[in-house]
Amino acid sequence: MAEIVLQSISHSYDAPRGASDEPARGRSAPTYVLRDVELRWRDGGAYALLGPSGCGKTTLLGIISGLIRPTRGQVRYGGKDVTKLSSRERNIAQVFQFPVIYDTMTVYQNLAFPLRNRGLAAPEIDRRVGRIAEILELTETLQLRATRLTADQKQILALGRGLVREDVAAILFDEPLTVIDPHRKWLLRRKLKAIHKQFRHTLIYVTHDQTEALTFADEVVVMQHGQVLQRGTPEELFRRPAHTYVGYFIGSPGMNVMPCEVERDAGGARARIGDHEVALPAQLGTAVAPTGRFELGIRPEHILVLDGAEAGGGLPVSVTAVEDHGRFRIVTGYLGPTLGGRSGAPAGDRPDDHRIKIRLGHTSARNTPPVAAGGTLRVRFPPEHICLYRDSQIVAAGERPGSEASP
Amino acid sequence: MTIALDHIGRTVAGELHLADVSLTLEPGTINVLLGHTGAGKTSLLRVMAGLDRPTQGTLRQGGADVTRTPARKRSVALVYQQFINYPSLTVRDNIASPLRLRRARDTEARVRELARLLRIEELLDRLPGALSGGQQQRVAIARALAKGAELVLLDEPLVNLDYKLREDLRDELRALFGSARPGGTPATVVYATTDPAEALALGGTTILMHHGRVLQHAPTLDVYHRPASVTAARVLSDPPMNLVDGVVRDGAIELAGDLRIAIGAGAHLAGLADGPYCFGIRASDCRLHPAPGDVAVQARVELSEISGSETFVYLRGADQPVQLIVQQDGVFHHQLDDELTCYLDPDRLLAFHQGGDQRLVASYHPGHPGAPAAP
Repeated sequence: MAEIVLQSISHSYDAPRGASDEPARGRSAPTYVLRDVELRWRDGGAYALLGPSGCGKTTLLGIISGLIRPTRGQVRYGGKDVTKLSSRERNIAQVFQFPVIYDTMTVYQNLAFPLRNRGLAAPEIDRRVGRIAEILELTETLQLRATRLTADQKQILALGRGLVREDVAAILFDEPLTVIDPHRKWLLRRKLKAIHKQFRHTLIYVTHDQTEALTFADEVVVMQHGQVLQRGTPEELFRRPAHTYVGYFIGSPGMNVMPCEVERDAGGARARIGDHEVALPAQLGTAVAPTGRFELGIRPEHILVLDGAEAGGGLPVSVTAVEDHGRFRIVTGYLGPTLGGRSGAPAGDRPDDHRIKIRLGHTSARNTPPVAAGGTLRVRFPPEHICLYRDSQIVAAGERPGSEASP
Repeated sequence: MTIALDHIGRTVAGELHLADVSLTLEPGTINVLLGHTGAGKTSLLRVMAGLDRPTQGTLRQGGADVTRTPARKRSVALVYQQFINYPSLTVRDNIASPLRLRRARDTEARVRELARLLRIEELLDRLPGALSGGQQQRVAIARALAKGAELVLLDEPLVNLDYKLREDLRDELRALFGSARPGGTPATVVYATTDPAEALALGGTTILMHHGRVLQHAPTLDVYHRPASVTAARVLSDPPMNLVDGVVRDGAIELAGDLRIAIGAGAHLAGLADGPYCFGIRASDCRLHPAPGDVAVQARVELSEISGSETFVYLRGADQPVQLIVQQDGVFHHQLDDELTCYLDPDRLLAFHQGGDQRLVASYHPGHPGAPAAP
């Protein structure tokens, strides 16, 4: 086991190794799929690389595992430079999208294979296989052929082939739940958590699925266009997205982001969105340059819908759709009053950046006034949930009084 | 046009794929076919498309028996999991291909309209190979809709896409299905998926399938609030419904481990006869901070699953042999084996028969007008 350090990693599939960004004569400039990635992962942590297709996360995993040598930069395991070492020499285990197991062998033979390869004595192999099988609840299947296992058992077996090697430096997962039915996924997630708690291997998990990443990892790295946008705990990514893309990517639906101007005077700071004004918390006013163009971010679940008694206050939202998802409802609308009483249709002449989504509890939940398409709501953005961005980068965020407590 | 399946069955080499499927799909409706892998969703779609023949039963489209009519003679379009387009044709020609087959006029206008709806207008001159997965699937969906078929079948169309893209496209599809057939009624849509969240997001009606049979066919929210049986509740689970065995006796529910819940007069469970039941409650009706009337259960954390907007805490009862999932809005961290008190809202309990087919006996929800009455 080891601390893993990635230092100034850049990678291009069409540039020669160690090349500078200057194109060679007669060639076009190389395209970089990773740019200046710096990461330090402590020994025994559970980490996730999260991002959309093409963000560079799989390339980065290949660089960590030794399948890909980076164009520039260094990979260190426990202080040792392993950039030029193969996967085998780095002593890592991998679990892929599709289970990599030997179909013709029994479960026992599959688990014993990596140990036999390393020349261990039969009694020691027997001891380790028996122990791992028990932990993974595969004991009853040991004499079965691997083909007879269910999809999730096969993936557990693939993981077991890594765990039997007690000296493994890290276990890497590349979208390991792709082939698992939704109703079985939580069982595997729980198993992974329990195994991490027991063995404290360094685990690195690549996925495009926020639930996978946030559930699995102590710390998540969000990537886009070959760069790291933010690394943080699930709570940090949810409460204080460092980039508007992180706000969009984490959460269903993602964060509302609206262009605004910030104004400040003796009375405090305000964000102006079109004709509407939103009060900003005190620390936002002083943290940012006095005026100028910003983006205001607020999560759909943090917007408060005002009831009748508070009517007149707050911001008007004309509702274009209400979708009932059973345990919650999604209200879609536009900031501003209703236009000519058209219901259901999108307000065609409204700017798209005034579109807003609000997430409400289910119909019988408390504090949920009735809403319907075609109507108008009045809403409030609680200052403690507002994030302020400039050029997509966070400049300030509201803080909850006594913040870490549960609601 | 109404699609009617009457006692459809299909057996292949002695293996049962579909058993006694009877359904009526009203014109212009969105019908989600929900079930686990192997439940028979693809088998049923292929029968509806005319690609496979049922071994029993009849299929009617607008009153006419089409059971033996081949796919190419039916008004039906099918979108697959894999992104299937003509690789050597541009996006424009891909979308136009069904229109040209019909020698339709105004092809260009219709292609532009569909490309606009699916947000691929800028890609019309590109080849499919130069597009991302999400864009390729948009082209395939546009081509299926271009056919103008009365019946549009989609077999897990978003399963190979990134999570966030899936979420975006799913939102668009809900709006798109109602509007995409020019000059006629909207197409009847059947959309197969293993993902309950997708069924809830698409709205419409849901057909629950399990082991080749239909468990329930009703408006999606009715299936959610009034699942016909324990199995139906498990299939439309988001996350799995909490299920606990108990006994009704002397006006109260007795659950394992001395948990007792008094049934108030006029409560939805007031009519229950004494005897054993299986009680169900969804994670969204359980919480970690009590409201008046809640029932407290001591428990230990088994997993906290974070979806991005909420946290589902999987718990095991400390004194009761029960497993409970609790929803928390927002993102929270829990350690494995942490001890917590969780609270259940007794006004949101469902009651099922304990034995046999475990059918629903009572729900907090009266059901929507037009939905079948409680069994």
